[in-house]
Amino acid sequence: MKAIKIGKEAWAEGLEKLRDSYRLFGPVKDNDFYDFKELKSGEVPDLNYKNSRLSPKAIVFPQSEIMFEYTLDEKDDDHHLMKEVDKDYSPRAVVGIRPCDALAFLLVKRNFDNPEYRDPYWVQAYETTTFIGLACTTPANTCFCTTAGSGPFHEEGLDILLVDLEDHYLAKIITSKGEDLLRVSGWDLIADFDSSIQTIEEMKKEAEAKVVSSVKTDKLKDKTTIELFDAPFWEEISFSCINCGTCTYLCPTCWCFDIQDEVKGSSGVRMRNWDSCMYPLFTYHGSGHNPRDNKMKRLRQRFMHKLKYYVDKYGDGIQCVGCGRCIRMCPVNIDIRRVCNMMNSYEADTGQAN
Amino acid sequence: MDNPYLPYPVRIDEIITETEDKNLKTFKYVFVNPEDEEKFSYKAGQFAELSVTGKGEIPIGIASSPTEKGFVMYTVNKVGLVSTFLHNMKVGDIMGMRGPLGNWYPWEILEGKNVVIIGGGFAFTTLRSSIIYMLDPANRSKFKDIHVVYGARTPGMLLYRNELMEWEKRDDINMHITVDGTDDPDWKYNIGFVPTITEQKAPPADVDTYAIVCGPPIMIKFTQPVLDKLGYAHDHIIMSLEMRMKCGIGICGRCNIGKELVCKDGPVFSLAQLNDMPKEY
Repeated sequence: MKAIKIGKEAWAEGLEKLRDSYRLFGPVKDNDFYDFKELKSGEVPDLNYKNSRLSPKAIVFPQSEIMFEYTLDEKDDDHHLMKEVDKDYSPRAVVGIRPCDALAFLLVKRNFDNPEYRDPYWVQAYETTTFIGLACTTPANTCFCTTAGSGPFHEEGLDILLVDLEDHYLAKIITSKGEDLLRVSGWDLIADFDSSIQTIEEMKKEAEAKVVSSVKTDKLKDKTTIELFDAPFWEEISFSCINCGTCTYLCPTCWCFDIQDEVKGSSGVRMRNWDSCMYPLFTYHGSGHNPRDNKMKRLRQRFMHKLKYYVDKYGDGIQCVGCGRCIRMCPVNIDIRRVCNMMNSYEADTGQAN
Repeated sequence: MDNPYLPYPVRIDEIITETEDKNLKTFKYVFVNPEDEEKFSYKAGQFAELSVTGKGEIPIGIASSPTEKGFVMYTVNKVGLVSTFLHNMKVGDIMGMRGPLGNWYPWEILEGKNVVIIGGGFAFTTLRSSIIYMLDPANRSKFKDIHVVYGARTPGMLLYRNELMEWEKRDDINMHITVDGTDDPDWKYNIGFVPTITEQKAPPADVDTYAIVCGPPIMIKFTQPVLDKLGYAHDHIIMSLEMRMKCGIGICGRCNIGKELVCKDGPVFSLAQLNDMPKEY
């Protein structure tokens, strides 16, 4: 384990060196919001941000992605056969990702990289990516990471943790992937490890204390699926929901997708696109039957998936890292913290939830 | 890295119009690359994604039996974009097949048992696969009595009519074919809904007797009380579910019932399992 000091004057220079070996991604201000973009030559990530509007999941899992291409022209020997497409899986680095968003990739990995199937697109993109995290020193009032399995200095899912110390960054190397990246960068000013760790620990405590909102999740696993599913509060929670899907698009841990064929002339592609459990078509059968035929059922699916089904399936906490995006951006103020606490405190005998 | 989304190229080898309304057609496929047949090793009860290039994929139960070599067969109802296009395709056309997917009827448990197959309408495809599998000379001795209750609206809506008539003649399978109604004076089988015929013909419940039920929701709704009345334990009632699917491998997230994904953890569930799952299907 070691820590490196990166002077702010050496920052841009090191990033330029990284470009020889990595495609760089980072937060960039776009009008009023920050979003993760691929950084053009000379462009540095804007790290004066709380968090991005959209989560950085698209770096590994693009909103639209071509899976196969084909021709329908019968003069071609390969007509109607799906062909794999060339993809750029050269190394990439995400600079300045927040710890909660980095952990989200690990939560999502359980879905895309499981003992039975490996999603080749997600897995290859993920495995070629190095995550350089930026510790949070001023969390937002919608952040509840510390009770959602993450934290402002959380290291799981990161290869390097950066701590902003005004005139320089302190970089704690977490994995060998992180070490490899630092080697390329030329940042080589080794910091005293013990005092660095002490600084980080102190700042971490301070930052954690600033995360004032929370969720309670301790009782979720002991409730039965059926009792939570049949709880009376779903009608009330969903009353204002307009099923816009904003929450699922912003969310770093939402992974659902659709697969569609798109044809122009005689050539076509099979692609996947982010989809959302908020939409009626998501579960609409060819027969016309729809098991989730109203907005209450669709909203319930989203929260039950994150806070019960995932909890039961993987036995390692909720499918949420507490980034707070869905709370900030929901047009009708539905708050996952409130829903989570209602589920956690629900007593089927009395029908009460706090 | 293997790509589980990549279908095997297949050629349509035969198309059979099954029903009088012409909405159900059976497609027999052969693999373009013969070595793919071995990789596509399946069990009765599984499904696959039929990939119509340029249109998309549809999850369809496999109607052929693992004991039938040289082709894979599906019976497809014409309902949406892909199935409608497929119905207009021709013998010789090239498309794709991805699978086999999902779990299967619990053959490990069913061996040595009486098997009661209850099917309605066009949900008889994986049941055909199961019957052919059990009747195979190499397998028949592994099972005790086999009963089949199968019904459709009219005689002309029954799938695989020639095979049904052949099975009627055999003495190692008890067929109970039924139709909701018919004006055919020569109809010599049952008339009545599947739940009614089940009540009359199904063997009594027994630890060694399992029912496999597949059909439209209305049939399942009225068959379950009958099986309860006959005393079938809920872990002795096996069902296969349908759900809108895309990836077929448990990743795209749309076909869940509770934490179970119908495409990967199903489509086959016992009623005992379903009782602990939300009623959202």
